Amino acid sequence: MKVAIASGKGGTGKTTLAVNLAAYMSESERVVLADLDVEEPNSSLFLKGEVVHKEAIYTNVPRWEKDACSNCGLCQKVCNFHAILALPAEVMVFPELCHGCYACSELCPKDALPMVARKTGELRQLNVGSFQFVEGRLDVGQEQAVPVINRTLEYLNDEFPELDTTVILDAPPGTACPVVAATREADFVILVTEPTPFGLYDLTLAVDLVRDLSKEIAVVVNRFGIGNDDVFAFCEESSIPVIARIPNDRKIAELYSRGELVYRKVPEVKRELEKIRTLIHEYSRRTVF
Amino acid sequence: MKIAFSAQGDTMDSMIDPRFGRAAYLVVYDDESGETSGFDNQSITGVAHGAGPQTSQKLMEMGAQVLITGNGPGGNAQAVLRKTNTKVFVGAAGMTLREAYNAYKRGALQEF
Repeated sequence: MKVAIASGKGGTGKTTLAVNLAAYMSESERVVLADLDVEEPNSSLFLKGEVVHKEAIYTNVPRWEKDACSNCGLCQKVCNFHAILALPAEVMVFPELCHGCYACSELCPKDALPMVARKTGELRQLNVGSFQFVEGRLDVGQEQAVPVINRTLEYLNDEFPELDTTVILDAPPGTACPVVAATREADFVILVTEPTPFGLYDLTLAVDLVRDLSKEIAVVVNRFGIGNDDVFAFCEESSIPVIARIPNDRKIAELYSRGELVYRKVPEVKRELEKIRTLIHEYSRRTVF
Repeated sequence: MKIAFSAQGDTMDSMIDPRFGRAAYLVVYDDESGETSGFDNQSITGVAHGAGPQTSQKLMEMGAQVLITGNGPGGNAQAVLRKTNTKVFVGAAGMTLREAYNAYKRGALQEF
């Protein structure tokens, strides 16, 4: 069972929810938490443990072979991402823009653009006591998050194939390619929002995206108590269940800012996490049988 | 010599567009013949990544030896402009193309 925790808006509490939910559920069942927000992975700030696996992540990009090239310019024409520029006497490759699709390399009539591996990220697995934590991390200066996310998902599938393990995916914010990559394999998606106009606007974008991926959605409202009721009205009109409300409480912010788990000291949070856990189990039973 | 400007319009009275890769127009002024030619670059707004190299390539096709712009090109655009031996002068934001050209002639613009 894979549950992705995503949001349209950044800073709504995805990581807070993901880390606390993983820790809470791991008190009574098998849980793996994966940080797929590879551009700024921060789940690990709340977790301490021993590194049990570490590997480099590579992406394949073309390398120009000057002597083989006939300067026909086909490589530039077939690149959808403007990662290749065919100048009169030279082909320039911009590796940061390359999506690794192989079109230039495969279609080059002179085989002048072989693909070569380039390190773009890292994967780590930590044993944090009651559960395993896996993190994908994009290297500083790199722009392509998707290959790092994909490799992290592949690792999860290989290492944790058991059906009774709940894999919680801490997804990136927004509605762009990295979110699609991080939620594509999820059995269902929890969208975290705040009850403000800004939160609502970005929630509607995220709902559109997740519905395009044909995933079921549940909403968790964080900082409940601020803003207005529009998020709740929207969810009702759209038949999306609001499964938990995390109160707007200074104490939660203080615990968070010290890198502590919130639910252990704030009973209301623990109560809301229990609701989410119950829903995950209900959903799990529905999909398995 | 052909001198190019990143511009907000396509005449010498248009304002400089301080951005290079995402400049609305490219205008080339040939100071020997006195002719100007403009290129509408606004389709670049639909391009998510790689605007700098593309605009640089366009500049090369237009045959400019000098570029006058505002903020200065980013890293990828710079790499292309270096390969095409295009000299870059910056600091012309807020000027019309004509004013920027005169400033360039007086040596008042900084080479990037």
